[in-house]
Amino acid sequence: MNINLTLFAQAFVFLAFILFTWRFVWPPLMKAVTDRQNRIADGLAAAEKGARSLADASVQTEETLKQARAQAQEILAGANKQATQLVDQAKVQAKSEGDRIVAAAHDEVVREVAKAKETLRKQVGELAVLGAAKILKREVNAQAHADVLSDLAARV
Amino acid sequence: MAAEDHAELVEHAEHAEHALTPASYIGHHLTFLQHPVKPEGGFWTLHMDTLGTSIVLGVLVFGFLAWVARGATSGVPGKRQAFVELCLEFVNEQVRGIFDKSFEFVAPLALTVFVWVLFMNAMDFLPVDIMAKGLAAAGLPEFRLVPTADVNATFALALTVWFLMIGFAIKAKGLGGFVHELYAAPFGLPKLTFNPLTWIGVVLMVCANFLFQMIEYISKPLSHSLRLFGNMYAGEIIFLLLWLWAATGLAGTIMGSILGVGWAIFHILIVALQAFIFMMLTIVYLAMAHEHH
Repeated sequence: MNINLTLFAQAFVFLAFILFTWRFVWPPLMKAVTDRQNRIADGLAAAEKGARSLADASVQTEETLKQARAQAQEILAGANKQATQLVDQAKVQAKSEGDRIVAAAHDEVVREVAKAKETLRKQVGELAVLGAAKILKREVNAQAHADVLSDLAARV
Repeated sequence: MAAEDHAELVEHAEHAEHALTPASYIGHHLTFLQHPVKPEGGFWTLHMDTLGTSIVLGVLVFGFLAWVARGATSGVPGKRQAFVELCLEFVNEQVRGIFDKSFEFVAPLALTVFVWVLFMNAMDFLPVDIMAKGLAAAGLPEFRLVPTADVNATFALALTVWFLMIGFAIKAKGLGGFVHELYAAPFGLPKLTFNPLTWIGVVLMVCANFLFQMIEYISKPLSHSLRLFGNMYAGEIIFLLLWLWAATGLAGTIMGSILGVGWAIFHILIVALQAFIFMMLTIVYLAMAHEHH
């Protein structure tokens, strides 16, 4: 227990080490630790943000998909409707066309029949004239008896 | 750890002019390497062993810390940096637990105290007789390896902390506040009126407060330093007493070795615990210096 100059020398050494640690050891290590803490905190925050934006994106995707599906449905329905419309329209058109063709054919037939009748009537008239001429054994003047013949043809 | 003791004792016996007694063996191991700065000696003496060991340890350990600190990365730390950061965080947690503000200086101080005292204490694990033999061969016949078993070293640490404590107290409260606390705390002062009784009361309270403060200021460095010194000195003495078993022959050497191992294992706890206590008291004293009464 003899106190001597060692005490002061030791205290001086102690102070030197304190100052050394305070100046050269503590700040860089503490800085590294706090920097890492900040980086980890930032990383965690970023990860959380990423997860949140991923959830947002998936929600948005779902929304867009639903919209697209609805749109496709709409387009499909429209196309169906249009197709039906077209078919109906074509049907109507075809019917009217058919009707028209049938009517025209009918007219033609009527006209042909009339024409045939006319021709027939003429031929019958001529035949009648021919017959009559044969019967009369004499040439009938066709011109002289035209009115009689046409009258006859009209009656046949 | 003790097997060499027998040989060492024989060595002692061969070299010593006088017979090797337990007292001379222990006395030899408890003699400082003294270097008188002035011819009259006395106070003007330096313990070169205490200073040398503590300086070498300090340079090694703080040099290591500074080396790690210089290459410290805020990215993924290596094993070395992770270990140092672990120690740093440990000390920082203690400081943070006691100090809620302005620990910029206290935390490095606490780290210095803890690490340095820990390593100085750990010198107790070196086998004294092997070391003594080696040092004697190197021309240092008397050399004490444990700086903290020198009361000069522990008082140096405690008094430095004590002066820092007073400095912090003055810085925190101002010189006026510091002096005011010397006579107004911990009991307070009665309110001064025209009644002469209150004057007597104030004088009495000032005396009581001042007495208490003085006791506190004197007891702090004493308990701080003597606790560490006492533990380490006792640990050293017990090692030496155990090594004395080697003087009784082979069976005694084996017995002493077994006991020595047991004491060394227990001493690991003491070494770490005393370093920790010394650091905690340092932090507490400096925290108390910041407190306003």
